[in-house]
Amino acid sequence: MDIHEYQAKHLLAKAGVPIPNGGVAHTADEAAYLAHEIAGDRWVVKAQIHSGARGKAGGVKICNSDQAVRDAATELLGKRLVTNQTGPEGKVCNALYVEAATDIERELYVAMVLDRESEQIVVVASAEGGVEIEELAEEKPEAIQRELVDPAIGLLDFQARELAFGLGLAPGQIADAVKTFRGLYRLMRDHDATMVEVNPLVATKDGRLLSLDAKFGFDDNALFRQPKISELRDRAQEDPRETAAQDQGLSYVGLDGDIGCMINGAGLAMATMDMIKHAGGAPANFLDIGGGASPERVANAFRLVLSDDNVGAMLVNIYAGINRCDWVAQGIVQALGEIELNVPLVVRLSGTNVEQGKKILQESGYPIITADTLADAADKVVSARGA
Amino acid sequence: MAILLDEKTPVLVQGFTGRIGSFHAQEMIDYGTNVVGGVTPGKGGGEHLGRPVFNTVKEAVRETGAQASVVFVPGPYAADSICEAADAGIEYCVAITDGIPAQDMMRVKRYLRLFPDEYRMCLTGPNCAGTISPGKAMMGIMPGHIYMPGKVGVVARSGTLGYEAASQMKERGIGISTAVGIGGDPINGCSFQRIMAFFENDPETEAVMMIGEIGGPQEAEAGAYVRDHMSKPVVAFIAGLTAPKGRRMGHAGAIVSGAGESAQEKAEILRGCGITVCERPSDLGEAMARQLNG
Repeated sequence: MDIHEYQAKHLLAKAGVPIPNGGVAHTADEAAYLAHEIAGDRWVVKAQIHSGARGKAGGVKICNSDQAVRDAATELLGKRLVTNQTGPEGKVCNALYVEAATDIERELYVAMVLDRESEQIVVVASAEGGVEIEELAEEKPEAIQRELVDPAIGLLDFQARELAFGLGLAPGQIADAVKTFRGLYRLMRDHDATMVEVNPLVATKDGRLLSLDAKFGFDDNALFRQPKISELRDRAQEDPRETAAQDQGLSYVGLDGDIGCMINGAGLAMATMDMIKHAGGAPANFLDIGGGASPERVANAFRLVLSDDNVGAMLVNIYAGINRCDWVAQGIVQALGEIELNVPLVVRLSGTNVEQGKKILQESGYPIITADTLADAADKVVSARGA
Repeated sequence: MAILLDEKTPVLVQGFTGRIGSFHAQEMIDYGTNVVGGVTPGKGGGEHLGRPVFNTVKEAVRETGAQASVVFVPGPYAADSICEAADAGIEYCVAITDGIPAQDMMRVKRYLRLFPDEYRMCLTGPNCAGTISPGKAMMGIMPGHIYMPGKVGVVARSGTLGYEAASQMKERGIGISTAVGIGGDPINGCSFQRIMAFFENDPETEAVMMIGEIGGPQEAEAGAYVRDHMSKPVVAFIAGLTAPKGRRMGHAGAIVSGAGESAQEKAEILRGCGITVCERPSDLGEAMARQLNG
């Protein structure tokens, strides 16, 4: 789950992490009033959409007057912004963050992530901020500092100080740095975050250390005990198909290809998509119907795949363990009874109750192409698409 | 012999009386697994599926001599159940549960490290299909009939892709010594490498099929182990060639977030370690057949 910058900043402030003075606005009047409240003579007006690279898309404006703030707000509110992360349809801006502009002396980088190798939280920091950390990790690994945090002990002050001195901060900035690192760790631990990234963390010309932008990742498996985080969800920023899938207990990821997929199990789903690619096609989506899927869930999943206009052929691949092929077949027939099928459909069923499943499909009279193996299914759907 | 589990292993079911626990416990009993009882806090003293129910794992171990346990407890409570099993002296635990918070698993792993090596519980999962020694016993949710007894060890993150491998091998008359699901979560129990070491030391296993996927460092780690310490041949597949970077593909752990985590990179790393890597998931059975027939 992603959250907006203004929500992230609110979390940072509550955890005692120093940030520039600012607030959220939903109208041009509010934005101008906020700028007045913040005081000073330079402000940044930032579009609140779930994406990075907002600056390049024109979503970040520097303003020198109340009127400029008002104009920027009027322009951005309601606008669809297209970045390299949003896809061509872009994302709509319904809120703005207005904050005091910062005179930056140096840009730094700090992040905390769940490290799969050590199975602990790792703090990653670099004096080279404003860059892609992964590129840096490859080109100049020595420029990155790492500190592991024992979950039973937490981040210790000396670890935070080591990181701060390692970043080359001045003695007067160390206290702010320790406050920042400890605050970020507390946020991570208390809110079941899987990642928090501050990029950039800046040293200002007047000697302060401020977090200018922050990105959080939260553990979906822990949302049941994080009601305050769940409330930060903004459905307007999500792919409507993925949201609909989630509401129905399905795992769906939209992709760029034209072969719709409905599969059980994440591993088999990925492998089936790989087979489609090897056969010369491209998958339109990842979709795992999960275990023990009822005919209704299958019918919903089926409709969801076909609701994507790019889909030119569809493949169903089921290896039923705790699923049942007869229920899957019933779900498909149920969905076909309600919608008109305009694309070729290939179905491969295997495992529990496979014979009953095949019989249901056969007796339904719908033009279903059946396949026996994974390879057969992929070949058939790709050639059906080409036909 | 098999690894981790055979027909004699006394098995407990945690979350025994729930809908899912009951269903799969019955399947396990029908397959021939030596299920000696179950644990559901508050339902102790009763009987379920003809087996005694206990309030705590400690009590169950004392009364039944259970050595292994399989966890069907829901996500919010499962980490605690795993720790309870470790404390009660269970030697091998399979966690089937999907949806355990990652930070809970972090604590479970740290808790397990508190035990000295010889008393430390071996954990596989969570979010896995379980472990089966075909013809002997099963702790999990897999369809038992697709596994033929034999001499190939299987270790997979994904349940369904493990089924696919088992059935492709069965079609070619290749059987399995033990198949282990290690699960799709970012922080899990035994890694690929640990399971590889068990197979290397099992006289009945002659070759190993390893099925990995995008995300995390475990496949590469296992590759280095195979190169340096393993005498038995390994056939591998890595799922997720078409997965875009930064998108989670169903499994909580199936996400490419750094260098070396994509399917292409992992396949290259494994090939560099002398492992036969299948290009296509439809080639698993054939590749293993070629490997065994030299």
